[in-house]
Amino acid sequence: MAVKTIAGVEVKVTEDGYLEDMTQWNKEIAKEIAKELGIELTDKHFEVINYLRNRTIAKEALTIRSVGKSGIVDIKQLYELFPKGPLKFSSKIAGIPKPTSCI
Amino acid sequence: METKEKKPLEKVCIICAKGNLEDVYASLVMANGAVMEGIETNLFFTFFGLEGITKKSMNHLHTATTGNPAMKMPGGLPFPTMLGGLPGVESAVSSMMRKQMDELGMPPVDEFLEMITAGGGTIYACKLAVDMFKLTKEDLSDEVKDIITIGEFYELCDGDRTQIIFT
Repeated sequence: MAVKTIAGVEVKVTEDGYLEDMTQWNKEIAKEIAKELGIELTDKHFEVINYLRNRTIAKEALTIRSVGKSGIVDIKQLYELFPKGPLKFSSKIAGIPKPTSCI
Repeated sequence: METKEKKPLEKVCIICAKGNLEDVYASLVMANGAVMEGIETNLFFTFFGLEGITKKSMNHLHTATTGNPAMKMPGGLPFPTMLGGLPGVESAVSSMMRKQMDELGMPPVDEFLEMITAGGGTIYACKLAVDMFKLTKEDLSDEVKDIITIGEFYELCDGDRTQIIFT
């Protein structure tokens, strides 16, 4: 575990750069993590991010399949929003733990 | 402190040569997982693996109830081979297994193939096997990009961070 300053806030992060505590998250932190991953966040990105955060609070396991059935984006659009990391990058930006699902 | 440079995989080429439920799903999970990691992915179906991309059979794959020593009865007791050979048993066991997979959130084969191509993965069928089983492109899932030769498959496997996986 390490402490990192993201968008002016000191946050606890894992070795992989995922937030340890999802309550430390805010939109500015999301934007800065996204920038490191080469992603410029749009409203659509935030819709997905909010969905992921809500599902995590509800303690549901996340898969790209479930996001694809959320009604917000289909799987193809999810890949377009978060290229090369539809679940990993979106989770990182959403400030939630690294996904543990295989699908 | 020792620092090691990481050399992540850039491409995987996965060969699915068997048509059992578990063999096809092993290939699908590995291919989809690679796509999700941002790894360029080619998935090549050959011989009985073609069952997994043939429209008629892909959502009704079976698992072998004979000659499968790992097969267990519900509850964990060994599954008698004699029982596995009775008519209808393989079908019933297979549909039970597909139901359990569905409960775990695993998609049916047609949807799994769509997930792979949605992420940029590419699916191919082996020309020799397609000819042997007297199939045509129309018999195969729309997600199959092309029917190719083994030579063309190897051409797709270029790059020094490429792995070929045979399941």
